[in-house]
Amino acid sequence: MTRVVVRRLLEMALVMAIVVTIVFVIVRIAPGDPAAMMLGPDATAKDVADLRARLGLDQSLPAQYGRYVWGLLHGDLGQSIFLARPVTQALWERAEPTFFLTLFSILIACGIALPVGILSAYRHGSVFDQITSTVAMFAASIPSFWLGLVLMQLFAVKLGWFQPSGYGGPGASLGERLNHLVLPACALGIVSSALIARFTRASMLDVLGDDYVRTARAKGMSEIRVVLLHAFKNALIPILTVIGLTAALLISGAIVTETVFGLPGVGSLVVSAVLRRDYPVIQGTLLVVAGLYVLINFIIDMLYLVVDPRVRY
Amino acid sequence: MTAVTSPLGEDSVWRGLLRRPPAVGALIVLIAVVVLAAGADFLAPYVPSKLSIANRLQAPSALHLFGTDEFGRDVLSRTIWAGRISLAVGGAVVLVSALIGVTLGLMAGYFRRLDGPLSRLIDAMMAFPDILLAIALVAALGPSAFNVVLALGIVYAPRAARVVRASTLVIRELAYVEAAQALGVPTAVILTRHILRNLASPITVQGTFIFANAILAEAGLSFLGVGVSPDVPTWGTMIAMGRQFMDQAGWIMWFPGIAIVASVMSLQVLGDALRDLLDPRLARTT
Repeated sequence: MTRVVVRRLLEMALVMAIVVTIVFVIVRIAPGDPAAMMLGPDATAKDVADLRARLGLDQSLPAQYGRYVWGLLHGDLGQSIFLARPVTQALWERAEPTFFLTLFSILIACGIALPVGILSAYRHGSVFDQITSTVAMFAASIPSFWLGLVLMQLFAVKLGWFQPSGYGGPGASLGERLNHLVLPACALGIVSSALIARFTRASMLDVLGDDYVRTARAKGMSEIRVVLLHAFKNALIPILTVIGLTAALLISGAIVTETVFGLPGVGSLVVSAVLRRDYPVIQGTLLVVAGLYVLINFIIDMLYLVVDPRVRY
Repeated sequence: MTAVTSPLGEDSVWRGLLRRPPAVGALIVLIAVVVLAAGADFLAPYVPSKLSIANRLQAPSALHLFGTDEFGRDVLSRTIWAGRISLAVGGAVVLVSALIGVTLGLMAGYFRRLDGPLSRLIDAMMAFPDILLAIALVAALGPSAFNVVLALGIVYAPRAARVVRASTLVIRELAYVEAAQALGVPTAVILTRHILRNLASPITVQGTFIFANAILAEAGLSFLGVGVSPDVPTWGTMIAMGRQFMDQAGWIMWFPGIAIVASVMSLQVLGDALRDLLDPRLARTT
């Protein structure tokens, strides 16, 4: 057990090292001088040289890499050029809307997907199963930002139930801030529910045919208890996996959706950083998001290990 | 992922597809979209860039089936022309990601020593959400159609690589590959003639899904203004423009969105059907 955990930890460290290297390389593949690109065509040669020195771009590549990794090991993601503050601080300030948006999207997605997935596996092949499978396929094909716009047009512009955009002014109450999140969270949640529903259905189908389910039925246990207590519990791990990975990948949808709804989250931070070529912010966001993904993956692997002692890597 | 060779010939794949109503529907939609995009010069009712201020923001009517935009341009014609760019970008992304993915996957699957490092590289690339990595790459490379294709090709390459690696691991152990090795057939020939040929099925299935994802991602990038130049109509840029007029002219953003949903859903339905036909082992579980 310990050996497996240590091996997975080492593997995770290796993957993170590659992630760091990719993030470091991305900025260096830019044709031309990143400092000149960031400052735009009006910058003087001295400004460019100053920025090059500040970013360490005047050093050799290995030296730059060493400096970058050294900084990361000390929790330093660099300085944002345009926001004039550390990237960690910029990310932290923008974390709340993204965190709540992801959380609510996942809750909405699970609220739709788990009952639908369980029921369509239970009534495998029925009309309900066929309809929900088609609807899931449809939902998975909708760009979440477009669904967000359509919801905004209907519920915010036409009906006026929700705020069309923003996150309340400074000092807005929590309730007001959450009101702003309803539509974007619905858009992301509906789109993500498709994948979770498909997985739930598949893993429920896998276990519903197992012997212990038959035994439970033979004992005269009620169907609800058989399905929820016995089958669902055992199907839960693959379902948790896909929920975890969806949460990590939601950031991709959140980037565009936050822009649609004018939410001041990590997504809109990175989009404005891209438009202003604020490379340290782009790098920092990439690193944090990829790190979360790797971490969630690791936690899920460990969960497998705890729940199912047969799993040995 | 272990189905190594297609159990069916090409003929029976077509016949199998035609026996599935959803797949037939998907094929019809896809053919219609491709024909419209390819023949836009003849099939679009209006010139997509023709301004007509007198006709601005007209609701859908017999004259303008999808209405007109803020400059009086015909939304149907623009949706058709935009489809050409969106589909071309999606198709090119499939080619680029297949090229990179097949190379990485073959190496990882065939050469045991490379498997560890390459698999970790693939894991690391998969850790980045697709749009985030794509906008970072486009930010570095500069926005252009070519760079969008390159960026998305890199983003989706690991998915192709994983599938290719898994299949190569199985094929490598087959008797005819061992025989070829024993006969001293050069490795390059084994890789291309004996292994690559048998990867057609998994690559086709994965390519269909990558195509669908690439259309979605390209729309997202264009919407954000970091995709193909904002002056070129793509489905994403049309939605971005239409967004400003959603309270008075929602159709400007509805129709490009519907075009995306129709194309992406058809590709996914087709991908599912192909997977069922070409890879029956997987079909049972999903």
